[in-house]
Amino acid sequence: MIECQNIAKIYKDADVETAALKNISFKINDGEFVAIMGPSGSGKSTLMHILGCLDISTRGKYFLDGHDVSTLSDDELADVRMRKIGFVFQSFNLLPRATVLRNVMLPLVYAGIKKEEREKLATEALTASAFPEKFWNHYSNQLSGGMTQRVAIARALVNNPTLVLADEPTGNLDTKTGEMVLDTFQRLHSEQGRTIVLITHEPYVAEHAERIINIRDGEIVTDDKNHHRRLINNNNAL
Amino acid sequence: MILSDIFQETYTALSSNKARSGLTILGIVIGIGSVIAMVSIGQGASGQIQSSIEGLGSNLLTVLPGVVQPGRGIVSSGRGSAQTLKNEDVDILKQITGVAYISPELQRRFQITSTGGNNTNSTIIGVNTEYQQVRNVSVEQGSFIAENQLRGMGRVAVLGPTVAKDLFADSDPIGKTIRINKVNFKVIGVLASKGSGGFFNPDDTVFVPLTTMQKILAGADFLSTIAISVQEKNLMPQVQDDAAAALVAKHRVDPQAPDFSILSQADILGALTQVTDTFTIFLASVAGISLIVGGIGIMNMMLTTVTERTREIGLRKAIGAKKKDISMQFLAEAVMLTFLGGVVGVLLGWIISFAVSILAGIATSISISSILLAFGVSAAIGIIFGYYPARRAASLNPIEALRYE
Repeated sequence: MIECQNIAKIYKDADVETAALKNISFKINDGEFVAIMGPSGSGKSTLMHILGCLDISTRGKYFLDGHDVSTLSDDELADVRMRKIGFVFQSFNLLPRATVLRNVMLPLVYAGIKKEEREKLATEALTASAFPEKFWNHYSNQLSGGMTQRVAIARALVNNPTLVLADEPTGNLDTKTGEMVLDTFQRLHSEQGRTIVLITHEPYVAEHAERIINIRDGEIVTDDKNHHRRLINNNNAL
Repeated sequence: MILSDIFQETYTALSSNKARSGLTILGIVIGIGSVIAMVSIGQGASGQIQSSIEGLGSNLLTVLPGVVQPGRGIVSSGRGSAQTLKNEDVDILKQITGVAYISPELQRRFQITSTGGNNTNSTIIGVNTEYQQVRNVSVEQGSFIAENQLRGMGRVAVLGPTVAKDLFADSDPIGKTIRINKVNFKVIGVLASKGSGGFFNPDDTVFVPLTTMQKILAGADFLSTIAISVQEKNLMPQVQDDAAAALVAKHRVDPQAPDFSILSQADILGALTQVTDTFTIFLASVAGISLIVGGIGIMNMMLTTVTERTREIGLRKAIGAKKKDISMQFLAEAVMLTFLGGVVGVLLGWIISFAVSILAGIATSISISSILLAFGVSAAIGIIFGYYPARRAASLNPIEALRYE
């Protein structure tokens, strides 16, 4: 469970204070699929950084699984990220000179998991993200965009996180492969009950989630259940 | 993050940019290689000097005329210019307990001609019969200068092997006549080869009776050296003191400012090793500079790598890498580079010193300690020059690093 209480983030540049987030409060229960939507400059990236424990808020409290993480040090935050958060980025961010399997296992390296165990967890995660087995030992820079993003999803799942954070996961993909990725998220949500937070500026992408939080100028405008939910059931045709 | 993971990361990173890694390693190879080669040449030279000085005779004290100033060594002291050592001094020194043999010597350079017309310019030393025992020389052919030849100012000569070869080539020199400074001498013996003794080559020397030297060749009654062989090594300090006291009394000089000097082998060795040590340090420090340049190359490459892989660092931090994990990874890369450079550098240094000893005939010796030192230094350079780039990588902000283009 995730809870934000009066979160504010203020950047100080020289003497000018810029508030990226002003007084944000919401709660995300386990198993929810939430889209955080807003135009660029709305503060959604800043919110993503705070939710992902990459940054801490200036004011307010952020509870992740009941623990207040808004006052932790850099290394403590790294530890929280390692155990509780899985990231999916717009630009994939895979290691180019490593195989798919090694990329997926990377979080486990830092978690200090034994080698034999790593491979088992990685194959499970790759299966869950519907990544075909024949490419497991390919180098990640030999894959197409859609496939690359699935590797990234598998990497986000491998440490069995409380929260999967996807930052514009379809931003670098065409519509068709974008839908495949969104379908993967939907299935992870419905089949495995994963908590997924999708950050996007596109209403079309946001409509794949159950609930949409709209932000503008650092404040929540609407926070509603998504009534026109798009469901994809194309059986993962590639 | 366990060790094998770090190794794998390091291997992947270095092998993905082989040319750059190779060139960076080359800097360390040259540095370590030249340090190893220079130190081995220096150590070899000092070892050679040490063994040849010990070969000059055991438990040897050398009395020289004039003052050998401490710190200036024996080279610059104007040896032989003073004329304070006389034949009578030898008689006094003989009476000191602990003296085994005593060899008064007078040394000059003269032109030598053989009957066959060959000529050479060599050192002629007038000696007595005990020279053989004191200076540790042995006769290969014929005989050494005998007591009756000494008393009778015999015009006989014993040749060093180099002189014998110069004058008579391959023919037997015994019984032949040579002319030293226009005086005829009969060759009665040839010495066995001893090899060069640093500044003095006993092989390129002709020996004549001391009396003949003083009266006929040099026309002077002083001595250039008195060499004393002491019975036992532990008697040497005492004999040295006694000899000094006896000569001070005989010459009637101030003990604080004597007109002679007594050197033991240790003194000569000390002066020479001081020279070779300085030489070695000089060579090694020149080589060390190239090692530092190599280290700067490592730092340069690591900084480039960190910049290039900013996004990767951001990702690693996002998925849970701590500062320590990131800095370890980059430090391991730097140390791996210098370590590989160290291994190849030791091999290169070994090959160079081997080639030097074969081609230039300079003795070299590679000690285990210099190899260990090279490895230690190369690892240290990796840590020193890899520390700053690694710390820079570790302190990157993950958000900015992920956004880096």
